Amino acid sequence: MPSLKDLKNRIGSVKNTRKITKAMQMVAAAKLRRAQDSAEAARPYAERMGAVIASLASGQGAGAPRLLAGNGRDQIHLLVVMTSERGLCGGFNSTIVRLARQRANELVAQGKTVKILTVGKKGREQLKRDWASAFVGHVDLSDVRRLGYSNAQGIAREVLAAFEAGEADVVTIFYNRFQSVISQVPTAQQVIPAKFEAAETNALYDYEPSEEAILADLLPRGVATQIFTALLENAASEQGARMSAMDNATRNAGDMINKLTIQYNRSRQAAITKELIEIISGAEAL
Amino acid sequence: MAATLQFDLVSPERRLASVQATEVQIPGAAGDMTAMQGHAPTITTLRPGILRAVSAEGTKAYVVTGGFAEISATGVSVLAERAVPLDEMDAKLMDQLVADASAASSVGVDKDTAEKAMSDLQAMKAAAGF
Repeated sequence: MPSLKDLKNRIGSVKNTRKITKAMQMVAAAKLRRAQDSAEAARPYAERMGAVIASLASGQGAGAPRLLAGNGRDQIHLLVVMTSERGLCGGFNSTIVRLARQRANELVAQGKTVKILTVGKKGREQLKRDWASAFVGHVDLSDVRRLGYSNAQGIAREVLAAFEAGEADVVTIFYNRFQSVISQVPTAQQVIPAKFEAAETNALYDYEPSEEAILADLLPRGVATQIFTALLENAASEQGARMSAMDNATRNAGDMINKLTIQYNRSRQAAITKELIEIISGAEAL
Repeated sequence: MAATLQFDLVSPERRLASVQATEVQIPGAAGDMTAMQGHAPTITTLRPGILRAVSAEGTKAYVVTGGFAEISATGVSVLAERAVPLDEMDAKLMDQLVADASAASSVGVDKDTAEKAMSDLQAMKAAAGF
């Protein structure tokens, strides 16, 4: 049975914890709004890019660029696993890692080679135990205050270099698609060879310099754009996940305070009752 | 009032402009072109250069380092890799832009392409007045 003083201290410390989680929730909410805004701002570019590439790609026959058609093999799979740099965001990182691990196991079972490029510290830590030998690189975004297109370009450059050098045949990115504050969907998206939904080819365009040249120019950009979109979605998801995790934590701390307060009051009352009984029975004995 | 066309300039990070323009001067990869209403549908890649949009409010110029433009009879949408309004440009930003772009263009391309990109960048720098 904890003493009254212990209980009081407990209550005090849980109250402090609640303050912290509450503050973190507010910060996450503010950051979430910003992350959503930048995801929103990036959307027109990505959509237009996808549409143009899709309409160009649908007209391509056998001579399509390798980024579109693949290099004819699917032996080496590069998995780009995007996670967060910081923890305390609920199941955010675990869901991505679980999806990636599941895919990696499947691929290995099929006799394929798996390589992993991690973006964000948390995913690397979680994958380190089983897949350390598959690591080919790590992108550290912990110093990045605001995600820019150049971050995505950096990752895209690494991925493209690996593809060009024949060190990867299929590239898939793993990230959490933002749906709402309480729901983020872990998503695997294949970026090389590029997959685009076949678009309706509406207008007949003139191409300058040529259709092939434009497609060859656009495909690497398309990869970077997809990665950028994924990074932004991931950032928004992270803040969303953190917000709901901290909301839960705040609520749990509140429940705990209530429980402890009741316990505190009870034991205080018990102590008073005990004293009274002692006094009364002392008086009766006289 | 001259006939106008819808001009959109978007970069991966944000939408920079969306106005009704009377003409848009585009630094195309194969040469400059001006798009006005009724232009034949065209898709062109951009070289680093200055993009100008003439609208009722005057001419607005942007420094772009690459990307592509989609022109139709009623609108122009430019998807630029990096785009900065000319009046927000300063020498430091310009140098950084050139450095970034030349780093990006030196990967995975042959020597001729890389050299062309470099000379385009220098030309862009000169045209912007830095």
